[in-house]
Amino acid sequence: MLARIKEFLGMESKPKEVASEQEVEKVAEEKPKPRIGYIHLSGCTGDGMSLTENYDILAPLLTEMIDIVYGQTLVDLWEMPEMDIALVEGSVCLQDEHSMHELMEVREKAGLVVAFGSCAATGCFTRYSRGGQQAQPSHESFVPIADIVKVDLAIPGCPPSPEIIAKTVVAAINGDMDYLQPMMDLAGYTEACGCDLQYKVVNQALCIGCGTCAMACQTRALTMTNGRPELNSARCIKCGICYVQCPRSWWPADRINKDLGL
Amino acid sequence: MVLGTYKQVVTARSTDKQIQKIAQDGGIASALLCFALDEKIIDGAVVAGPSEVMWKPEPTVALTSDEILAAAGTKYTFSPNVWMLKQAVRQYGLEKVGTVAIPCQTMGIRKMQSYPFGVRFLADKIALLVGIFCMENFPYESLRTFISEKAGVDFDLVEKMDIGKGKFWIHTQDQVLTIPLKETHGYEQNGCKVCLDYVSELSDIATGSVGSPDGWSSVFVRTDGGDTIFKQALEAGAIEAKAINEGKFGLEMLTKLSTQKKEKAMKVIDERKAMGLPVPFKASSEKEGDPLANV
Ligand SMILES: Cc1cc2nc3c(=O)[nH]c(=O)nc-3n(C[C@H](O)[C@H](O)[C@H](O)COP(=O)(O)OP(=O)(O)OC[C@H]3O[C@@H](n4cnc5c(N)ncnc54)[C@H](O)[C@@H]3O)c2cc1C
Ligand code: SF4
Ligand code: SF4
Ligand code: SF4
Repeated sequence: MLARIKEFLGMESKPKEVASEQEVEKVAEEKPKPRIGYIHLSGCTGDGMSLTENYDILAPLLTEMIDIVYGQTLVDLWEMPEMDIALVEGSVCLQDEHSMHELMEVREKAGLVVAFGSCAATGCFTRYSRGGQQAQPSHESFVPIADIVKVDLAIPGCPPSPEIIAKTVVAAINGDMDYLQPMMDLAGYTEACGCDLQYKVVNQALCIGCGTCAMACQTRALTMTNGRPELNSARCIKCGICYVQCPRSWWPADRINKDLGL
Repeated sequence: MVLGTYKQVVTARSTDKQIQKIAQDGGIASALLCFALDEKIIDGAVVAGPSEVMWKPEPTVALTSDEILAAAGTKYTFSPNVWMLKQAVRQYGLEKVGTVAIPCQTMGIRKMQSYPFGVRFLADKIALLVGIFCMENFPYESLRTFISEKAGVDFDLVEKMDIGKGKFWIHTQDQVLTIPLKETHGYEQNGCKVCLDYVSELSDIATGSVGSPDGWSSVFVRTDGGDTIFKQALEAGAIEAKAINEGKFGLEMLTKLSTQKKEKAMKVIDERKAMGLPVPFKASSEKEGDPLANV
C-alpha cells in the first residue's frame, strides 16, 4: 500500500537521515502509524477540506497509514490526547483565551506542530483583522501561530494543495528529512506579502520574469508587466505562496533531479 | 555534468517544409508540440505567442497546430509562459499541457511539481516540457535599443533575430545587420547573471541552435517521458535526426559555452554571497559534488 501511495505521489522510497532533526525521525522510527490531530483555530476549514481531496489515496491513508486521533469535525473527542503530529489550521486570536490555551496545549501534547495553511503559517487574510465587529468587537489581533509557540513545519497555501499535504504526511511517516527541510525553513516565514517579490527578488536583481509567482497566486493579485510581477495589493491576502513558489527564493535542486529521475 | 543528465543527444530538424521555413532553427520545439497534439499526448500548449506589439511575446494557450506555429521563432525578451499554465488548466480545462520554456522557467515549473504548496491539481498535468537553450535574456527596451538605435531598423521590418558567432543578427526582408555582442553587454536581464543552466537541464527534451548546422537543432533527450515522445516523433517521421558532431562545432562547442556561462555565474554567486546578498544557489565553497551543478 505504501508503495502505491508513493507511486501516486511520485515519491522516492528510501528515507534519508539527518541527525539534527530527531523529532521527525522519532515519529517515523518509533511509531510507524503516527497519531495525527487536526486543530482548528481561526481558520475556515479549507485546509482540512483540501486534505480530503486526496481522493485516490485518502481511504488507505486514513485506515492503514495514520490514525486521526483528534479534531473537531473529524473525531468525537473533547480531551486533547497526545499526538505525534498536530496540524494546526488558522491563526490565533490574542483576545480569545480559549484559542490561546488550546494552542499552548497543542504544543505540549504534540511531537510536531505543523502550521497547516497560510492562516496558521503567515496570518494570511486574518492579517487584515482589526476588531470592531459584533459579537466580539474586541477580537482584534490575529497572529500566525509561530508568534506564540514553536512551530516545526509550515505548509503554507490558501489552502495548501491536496498534493503537498499528502506528500508531507508521507514524508513525515518515512522520516524523509530532505523533503521536509524547506517546510522547516518556512516555519520562520511569518511576515508574508505579495510585496516580498519586489523586496526579495526584483530589488535583489534575482527576478527572471518566469511568471511562476503570478501562476501560483491563489487570488490573482499578480499579473506580469514587462516581465516583472505587478501586485494589486488590494487583492493580496498575504498568503506568501508567490514568494514560496518563486524559483529564485529557494531552490530544491536535488529533490527535483530525484523526482525527474535525472 | 555541464550539459545536464541526458539519454541521448542528436542533431535534428522537423521534416515539415512549412515548419522549416518559419522556425528559428530546426523547428524541433514546434514540431514536437504539433506532433504531441496530433497524437493526443497533449491537448494544448503554452507558447510564446505574438502580441499587438512586434517582437513582444505574450504567453498564449495554443489549442491547434496553427496556433503553435504562430509562436515559432525566438523572441529575445520575456514571455512569462509559466504564468499561463494555470489558465491552461483552469480556464481552458486542459488535462495534458505541453509547454516551451527557457531554463529558468523550467525551474519554476519543476519546483512547483516537487513542492506544489498552493498549486492545486496542476503539477501532474504538465505532459511535455520542451526546454530551449538560453545564454541570457533581455528586457524589451534593451531589444528596442539594439534594433531601433544601434541598427537603425524599424521593428516592423524585422523578420528574424538571432544570436550566434559572437553577434546579434537582425534579418529584414532585404538586409542582414549585425551588432557585436560586446555592444549588447550591459543590456541583459540582471537575474541572468546567477543562472547556472544553459541547456535546459530539467526539461523533458531540450533544444537549441548551438552545436548544429544552420536549419538544424541540437537536441538532448532527458526524461523517460521525453524519450518516449521523441522516439514516437522520429518513428512517425515528424522529425529527422542524425548523430551530433562531437567536435569543435558540435558537443565541444556546447560544452565550452555551457562551462563559460556556469563559471561566470558561479563567480557572481560567490561575490553576492560574500556581500551578504541573497541568492538561492550554493556558493562554490558550499558545493560538495559538481562545482558547476545547478544547485
Ligand atoms: C531568450 C533566449 C535565449 C536563447 N539563447 C540561446 C543560446 O544561447 N544558444 C542556443 O543554442 N539557443 C538559444 N536559444 C534557443 C533558440 O533561439 C531557439 O529558440 C531554439 O533553438 C528552438 O528553435 P526551434 O526552431 O526548435 O523552435 P521554433 O519551432 O522556432 O519554436 C520556438 C519556440 O520558442 C518559444 N519561444 C520564443 N521566444 C521565447 C521566449 N522569449 N521565452 C520562452 N519561449 C519562447 C516559442 O513559443 C516557440 O514555441 C534562446 C532562446 C531564447 C528565447
Ligand atoms: S516567480 Fe519568477 S517572475 Fe515571479 S518574482 Fe520570482 S523570478 Fe520573478
Ligand atoms: S500576491 Fe497572491 S500569492 Fe502573493 S501573498 Fe498576495 S495573495 Fe498570496
Ligand atoms: S539566462 Fe537563465 S535566467 Fe536568464 S533568461 Fe536564460 S534561463 Fe532565464
